[in-house]
Parts: sequence; structure tokens; C-alpha cells
Amino acid sequence: MSAGETANAKSMSIIVTKGSLDWAYPPFILATTAAAMGVDVTMFFTFYGLPLLLKKLDLQVTPLGNPAMKMPMMGMHMAMPNLVGMLPGVTAGATKMMKNLIAKKGVASIEDLREAAIESDVKMIACQMTMDLFEYKMEDMIEGPTLGGAATYMENALKADINLYI
Amino acid sequence: MSEQLLDAQGLNCPLPILKAKKALKDLPTGGTLRILATDPGSVADFQAFCRTTGNELLESKQDGKTYNFLIKRSA
Repeated sequence: MSAGETANAKSMSIIVTKGSLDWAYPPFILATTAAAMGVDVTMFFTFYGLPLLLKKLDLQVTPLGNPAMKMPMMGMHMAMPNLVGMLPGVTAGATKMMKNLIAKKGVASIEDLREAAIESDVKMIACQMTMDLFEYKMEDMIEGPTLGGAATYMENALKADINLYI
Repeated sequence: MSEQLLDAQGLNCPLPILKAKKALKDLPTGGTLRILATDPGSVADFQAFCRTTGNELLESKQDGKTYNFLIKRSA
């Protein structure tokens, strides 16, 4: 039974503003899980969250400016000094390390979660202003999202039981 | 009614829930789904999932590192 089939379904909206590999997880995990629990979900992709709708994802994570990012290594947790984090190749290395961990720990990929979100009828809105600002076209995006702006989001948010900004 | 089996061992949150939801959808009302998982968070998560969706959690037990759930599709 999909969320839309229940007349009294609860609803949730999520504003997705970040598009790095780590920050892409919370909105997609919550959206797919909520949909599985019968919640009508709307995701509004804006600013750096918008590229999460691109057909081909190339998500990266950087330790730069993030002292809380401590990767497990040989039984310890290792943070990276900013001075090292800014060197060429470190972002690529950190991304590779994170993706290896994700696979090893049985965590879904963002591609899979996004696919699951679409399958479970999560409504996706691409922010029109951001599309224009960063020069993206709808044909760059996956099938499914509709184009909308703040008023479209607000109409959803005013009716929703839960509104999140991530 | 025969019982369906979902092996979600080695999968992390939220995959066991997403796969369980998918499997439940294909069951007739009253049908049961057995789920094997290794994610310790799944114990609380399947309880919450069932309370929220109205499906019945008939069993929740642990066998070594494996968690074993039995859900009846009621909703």
C-alpha cells in the first residue's frame, strides 16, 4: 500500500539544501523510511541539494573544516588536519574511503535510496530558481521531479505534519 | 498460509525496513513475513514500524548475532 492510498496519511516535507556524500543521507533515509511507514513525503531540492537530482551522481565528502569527521582506522578514529585536507587528492581519497565503508557496512548507496524514494512515490520538487542560478536543465535530471518554487513548497509545508530543513 | 522469508542480514538502516515494506506489500492480508537481520537498531525499528503501520509484530527474538522477526500483514 503506497502512502497515497491512505486518505488520512500523515505527511512530511523536507528541504534538501546539501549535496555532499554525507549530507545526502539524512533526507533520503528519512524520506524512504517515512514512505515505507505510510507517510506522504515531499522533498524540495534547493541550492547544493539540487544536484542530487542529476542523472549521474558524483558525490564527494571532504574532511576540510569538519573536525567531527573521524574515520575508523586500525581500531582508532582519525581526523584530518585542515592543512592536509586542502591538499589536492585528499577529497577524492576521503570520498573513496567513505564509499568503501558504506559498502562494507551494508549501508545503501544514495543512488539506491533515491531509486527507492521514487519507487515509493516520494514527491520531488526541483527548485526553479536554483536551476536557473546554476544553469541546470530538466533534461539533466532524473525522471520524476517537477519544477517549483517557494510557494509550491509552502503549500506542501502548511499541510504537512513534519517539516524538515536539512 | 505460507510464510515468506526476507534475509536482510548484513544490511544497515534503513534497508531492512524498506525491504520488509516491499515484501509485505506483496503478501495477502493475514500473510506473514519472517525477517532475518543483523542490524541491532532493527529491534526498535521493527517495533516502531509495526506500531505505526498497523501490521502485527508476532515475534522478535535474537539468535546469536541474528535478529529474527515475524510480522503479520494486517494493514
